[in-house]
Amino acid sequence: MLSIEEVRRIAALARLELSPEEERLYAGQLSAILDYVRQLEELDVSGVEPMTHALAAGEAPALRADEVREGLGAERALAAAPARQGTAFLVPRIIE
Amino acid sequence: MPLADFDVVLGLEVHAQLLTRSKIFCGCSTAFGAEPNAHTCPVCLALPGALPWLNREVVEMAVRAGLALGCAIQPTSVFARKNYFYPDLPKGYQISQYERPICLGGAVEFDLGGEERRVRLTRIHMEEDAGKNLHDLAADGSSGVDLNRAGVPLLEIVSEPELRSVDEAVEYLKALRAVLVALGVNDGNLEEGSFRCDANVSVKPRGAARLGQRCEIKNMNSFRFLRQAVEFEVRRQVEVIEAGGKVEQETRLFDPARGETRAMRSKEEAHDYRYFPEPDLPPVRVDPALVAAARAALPELPRARARRYQERLGLPAADAGLIAGEPEVARFFDAALEASGKGAEAARRIANWLNGDVARLANESGLAPRDWRLSPGALAELVGLIEAGTVGGPGAKQVLEECFRSGASPAAVVREKGLAQVSDAAAIDAVVERVLAASPAEVERYRAGNAKLLGFFVGQVMKEMKGKGNPAVVNAAVKKKLGGP
Amino acid sequence: MSAELLALDLRALSGALAAGRVSSREATEAALSRIEATDGRVGAFLRVTAERARADAAAADERAARGARRGPLDGIPLAVKDLFLTEGVETTAGSRILEGYRPPYDATAVARLRAAGAVLLGKLNLDEFAMGSSNENSAFKPCRNPWDLARTPGGSSGGSAAAVAARQAWGTLGTDTGGSIREPASFCGVVGVKPTYGRVSRYGVVAFASSLDQVGPLARTVGDAALLLQAVAGHDERDMTSSTLPAGDYLARLEEGAAGLRIGVPREWFGGGLEPGVEARVREALARYEKLGARLVEVSLPHSRYAVAAYYLIAPAEASSNLARYDGVRYGLRAAARGLGEMYAGTRASGFGPEPKRRIMLGTYALSAGYYDAYYLRAQKVRTLIRRDFDRAFEACDVVAGPVAPTVAFRLGEKLSDPLQMYLADVYTISANLAALPGLSVPCGLHPAERMPVGLQLVGRPFDEATLLRAARALEREQGPPPAPPEAR
Ligand SMILES: [Mg+2]
Ligand SMILES: [Zn+2]
Repeated sequence: MLSIEEVRRIAALARLELSPEEERLYAGQLSAILDYVRQLEELDVSGVEPMTHALAAGEAPALRADEVREGLGAERALAAAPARQGTAFLVPRIIE
Repeated sequence: MPLADFDVVLGLEVHAQLLTRSKIFCGCSTAFGAEPNAHTCPVCLALPGALPWLNREVVEMAVRAGLALGCAIQPTSVFARKNYFYPDLPKGYQISQYERPICLGGAVEFDLGGEERRVRLTRIHMEEDAGKNLHDLAADGSSGVDLNRAGVPLLEIVSEPELRSVDEAVEYLKALRAVLVALGVNDGNLEEGSFRCDANVSVKPRGAARLGQRCEIKNMNSFRFLRQAVEFEVRRQVEVIEAGGKVEQETRLFDPARGETRAMRSKEEAHDYRYFPEPDLPPVRVDPALVAAARAALPELPRARARRYQERLGLPAADAGLIAGEPEVARFFDAALEASGKGAEAARRIANWLNGDVARLANESGLAPRDWRLSPGALAELVGLIEAGTVGGPGAKQVLEECFRSGASPAAVVREKGLAQVSDAAAIDAVVERVLAASPAEVERYRAGNAKLLGFFVGQVMKEMKGKGNPAVVNAAVKKKLGGP
Repeated sequence: MSAELLALDLRALSGALAAGRVSSREATEAALSRIEATDGRVGAFLRVTAERARADAAAADERAARGARRGPLDGIPLAVKDLFLTEGVETTAGSRILEGYRPPYDATAVARLRAAGAVLLGKLNLDEFAMGSSNENSAFKPCRNPWDLARTPGGSSGGSAAAVAARQAWGTLGTDTGGSIREPASFCGVVGVKPTYGRVSRYGVVAFASSLDQVGPLARTVGDAALLLQAVAGHDERDMTSSTLPAGDYLARLEEGAAGLRIGVPREWFGGGLEPGVEARVREALARYEKLGARLVEVSLPHSRYAVAAYYLIAPAEASSNLARYDGVRYGLRAAARGLGEMYAGTRASGFGPEPKRRIMLGTYALSAGYYDAYYLRAQKVRTLIRRDFDRAFEACDVVAGPVAPTVAFRLGEKLSDPLQMYLADVYTISANLAALPGLSVPCGLHPAERMPVGLQLVGRPFDEATLLRAARALEREQGPPPAPPEAR
């Protein structure tokens, strides 16, 4: 069973603000799913290569030539910006 | 325990910006200085649905760097996602390499106090740069985000933690920088951030086997700041241990204004980057033929060049190292030597001028060799004028300054400013006679045996001649007129 | 006129357009009126782009008048899942976090349809970010099954299947990450094709799980689906995971029948969870194949029982990373906030619905320090085992056949409270995604008791969509034209 603390740690990593009800709900649901996926432990996977890429092995698509292509330009880049100043996206103060 | 009872252990992570025209995963320009977000597209803005498209030149530059540093080039390497949230990181992850980088092993070689050092590399990998946060952009303190730099290609070069002092770290960085610049993959500019360095610093009681807890220091954009930051950090860690505390693993930022490092607030809870192989990019295959071709095309590297200057031209090790360590200076030197049409003797003179007055003028003006108005041919010409006795030491300095400033030819400057050296015996004799007549007491003392006064007379003559007298001729004339002591 | 037009399948309409018997404008108006008349109940469309469609149709008619038709899709009214970016046309991925977002570029698949002259009717309903098997996770409205409005059309390409079944469009594009084309196709009684991973470009398609997502067509007939696939398949330099192998000719051998085909029947796909009425229809289809001269071969896919477990680690892991870009900085929703941390967490909390949140949480957990090897890495290894099962099976057969889903379309709300039960709806389809193989769903009759469509799933060798389509076409021809759902009558 996933603890509420663990749920909070994950939510913080994922930048999700959860209500207390959501924390309880996800703790239960994630625990059930994790219990279900635990069946993978039955399998002996030693020596098995992971299939992290689905493209057929050996296929090597061409790389891009180092040429500048026209982009969107600042105005189109900012067209959907929730907030802007000049041609920069504006966000709440960043503290390093 | 005092500071001296601790060993310092340093590992360096260098981020070198690759000199490609376009970004690593899109065709946007890498040019510097455009208005914010002018160089962006769906890929580097991380719009929904956009996918990375790998720039071939980035792979080839990584291979070149790996070969020059003696790394093992991996036939297959894999990009990975490094996940964290930050406004300058539009996708919420950086595409980097993690478990399978393109280069493994290798080393950086350099001299330290006449001793040869070899610091091993862990790895070199390719990754994308983040954008730029613009602090306090708005009146209310809000920050701006400029993604022009997002997706600019970087090589991350990671050393083993086997550097033992700041001096060693600085020499390591200079040598690494020289190699990358010589390869044409990086411009070596620390101030503009195209050659950046993070340092992993730890201390341990002298001779102890186990490494101490390390801190990562960021934001050192000059060798001087690196020195300050590491020295501060070493003192801080020793003080923590001395006070019975424990050094916490953390990321610290160097503050150049205060000369201190401080813990970064924004990364407190990060450090769980959830790396996994980037599913949008197939593994990178490097063909053995490409490696062979890259190897064959490697230029002469700085250390080999320095050795050649010593062995073939007889330059002292220090001079050879200084010139070869700056590939642009080395190219200038080679060109000047060629223009002189002469051998080892001219080489030494050219090297002296380059490492002396030219370096000083370059420093004062902040100009890189490619921006100098002084041409290699002009420096060769100046050295020729000196050898021919046309211009003397003090005059030559003036000529060089004028040529460096205006780009004029040395012969013309000598002519226009009347800086030609006077070797005419009759003219010099006349001045010597005047000087001796004006100082009878000193002449008396010299003749009585005070040989040291010779310098005084020569000085007076040169002063009269505004520095243009040929020193050898002046010396001989003074001696002759005085008669031996 | 309108009803007659709507009764034509895509290729028949294409023939009529080519012959000048109808205009694209007429076809487009017929589709728009059908949408107007039915979509209040069905809910297949999130957005109808009527103005644009009329302009597209006018342009197509003008080309036809000049004798410059671009090909069989020129002037055909189509629609795409709202996961495909469409330049200047709102694209939401079914999520509040992208509400109102107008992208500055077209997805490659959309661009190819446009280049072929297709008319774009609008953007289709879906589960938020393609996460779901019932379309109930749409942030905007549910979509209903044209066969029974109390039931779901399946998901996540629910709108794409329902629009075809309700005769609102002659064909649609969907995406399939774990069954999201095949399951709704099965539930709605239409043909749905998930091509081999890498066959169709993913560029400009909102990413859910990058190593599993594939674009594919849904249409009334196998031939229509083949024609649509032909238009979008093929390498795209902007998607480095798209294959450089040339796309096949999906129509050339379509009518060659099933004689001589070896059809693999995996014994693991006919076990416990399969509802008997569904099984009856699937077995009937297999019997038809035998009658057509195909040979049934029993095969084994021993690791397929682990597919759902592996999938629910891999897909959420990739999704947790793919959805990180929805951060309120550059586009989409931004929650009012005092600080940066609040902006992130608030934006994502109010912008994402429960299913994306659940999967982001699950995926973040599976990738986090200390769990990566046990979860994500192990799941990717199991994936290799699943692919090997198929490779072995394909030594003995040309296609694998079985059910698409364990049941017919379930009722709205039925599985909403239990995510795990919902995930199990994809138990037969997920394997093909994990193994990167092509799969399709072709109607094989109505459930004997529930009178709801049942689909037969065919899975093929990598890049052998041609054989899959030919096999599906043989069955379709043998069965005769399928009945139309009530909402299309
Ligand atoms: Mg890095
Ligand atoms: Zn770009």
